Amino acid sequence: MAVNYDNVKIHASHLHKCFGKLEVLKDISTDIYEGEVVVVLGPSGCGKSTFLRCINRLEDITGGEMVVDGNHMDDKKIDINKARENIGMVFQHFNLFNNLNVMDNLTLAPIQVKKMKKDEACKLAMSMLKKVGLEEKAEAYPSQLSGGQKQRVAIARALCMNPDIMLFDEPTSALDPEMVGEVLNVMKQLAADGMTMVVVTHEIGFAREVADRVLFFADGYIGEEGTPQEVIYNPKTERAKDFFNKVL
Amino acid sequence: MIKIITDYGGMLFSALGQTLIMALCSLLFACMIGLIFGILSVLKNKPCNAVYRIFVDVVRGVPMIVLAFFVYFGVPMAVNNMFSNAHFTLTALQAGIVCLSLNCGAYMAEIIRAGIQSVDIGQMEACRSLGMTYGQAMRKVVLPQAIKTMIPSIINQFIITLKDTSILSVIGFPELVNTTKNVISVSMDSFGGWACAGLMYLVVITILSYIAKFIERRMNRGR
Repeated sequence: MAVNYDNVKIHASHLHKCFGKLEVLKDISTDIYEGEVVVVLGPSGCGKSTFLRCINRLEDITGGEMVVDGNHMDDKKIDINKARENIGMVFQHFNLFNNLNVMDNLTLAPIQVKKMKKDEACKLAMSMLKKVGLEEKAEAYPSQLSGGQKQRVAIARALCMNPDIMLFDEPTSALDPEMVGEVLNVMKQLAADGMTMVVVTHEIGFAREVADRVLFFADGYIGEEGTPQEVIYNPKTERAKDFFNKVL
Repeated sequence: MIKIITDYGGMLFSALGQTLIMALCSLLFACMIGLIFGILSVLKNKPCNAVYRIFVDVVRGVPMIVLAFFVYFGVPMAVNNMFSNAHFTLTALQAGIVCLSLNCGAYMAEIIRAGIQSVDIGQMEACRSLGMTYGQAMRKVVLPQAIKTMIPSIINQFIITLKDTSILSVIGFPELVNTTKNVISVSMDSFGGWACAGLMYLVVITILSYIAKFIERRMNRGR
């Protein structure tokens, strides 16, 4: 887990986002470095997921600046699809393509976006499936998989685009408890491989073990940030103290 | 009734043929119109949504018989008045297809809109997060899933359109109803004539329903 502090991957400054009158993100500034694993914690509705979705512009920001790998994501002139190729995303509800089997789920974007040849894409997909331990499921349809398997396929799908950055939006929240472990293990492996990761989660254990840095979101601001030790066990603000008292 | 078939069967069957030609052509165009307007309705673009809304509201708000007269008589007249040396006319078949396509297209647009909206937004987001364009996501992921939920409604709309061809007897197109009227005026057998026409519609539509069920079952297989 070597963090390269010379290379900022994600630069957010004075980020502001509102849905109509509802201000979700009020003033978020942070830099995320190459190889860093940042875990975002916080109570529901505090803007964690919105922050994540602003990184690849699934949500347009309403103020401030979001720069990912040198791309100003709020600039309407950039090729957003090109920028997104580099940013993998894993969703709470997996969002596997229900009309396609696992193999086609993995190869669709490489073939469509990167114009990769089919056999080349299949080879790549198999290697990614191996990585998440599901090579025997290549022909299965999403509806035939368990939640944990779906999420591992979703991770493999994102990895097939060979992204520099991976975003995880509560990847284990929709899983049965006994399946959480298999997904977290894949994520730990990714972190060990040096992937830059931003993870929104409620898994305090994962944050403690894997995170280089924890951001505690509260009411649209970053309430606290620091190492897992600092934020989780020695929170300074009342809001954070209250939150960690309840979840630990 | 037997006499009607033996004496006028050829006429009636060719009229049924005309009816089917008109219905099939209209369905083809209606699918295209429906797809275009259906997509306009789900785009995040106010003017596009407005165009869709206006089209659907106008076409649904006008009875088809009025639409038929308007297209067949009204439009050519307006065109010829506008350009003094034009001799623009529409055949009854052309006017009929325009009418049916517009009418069926409006309902198809609604079916397609509902179908697309029934697909979880997460499917689109996952595509976009992988760098796919909106068009790629629609073609490869959203529409294939939407079609499955749309099939029963689309077949239903096909059946309605097939029956609606009878309205176009008013502009003199020799489809089944019009031809049956002519046959009856000669043979004087109202009962036999209309029974025959009814039976013909019934058979065609029953076959269509069976095909529909077959397609529906096939599409749901293995998922």
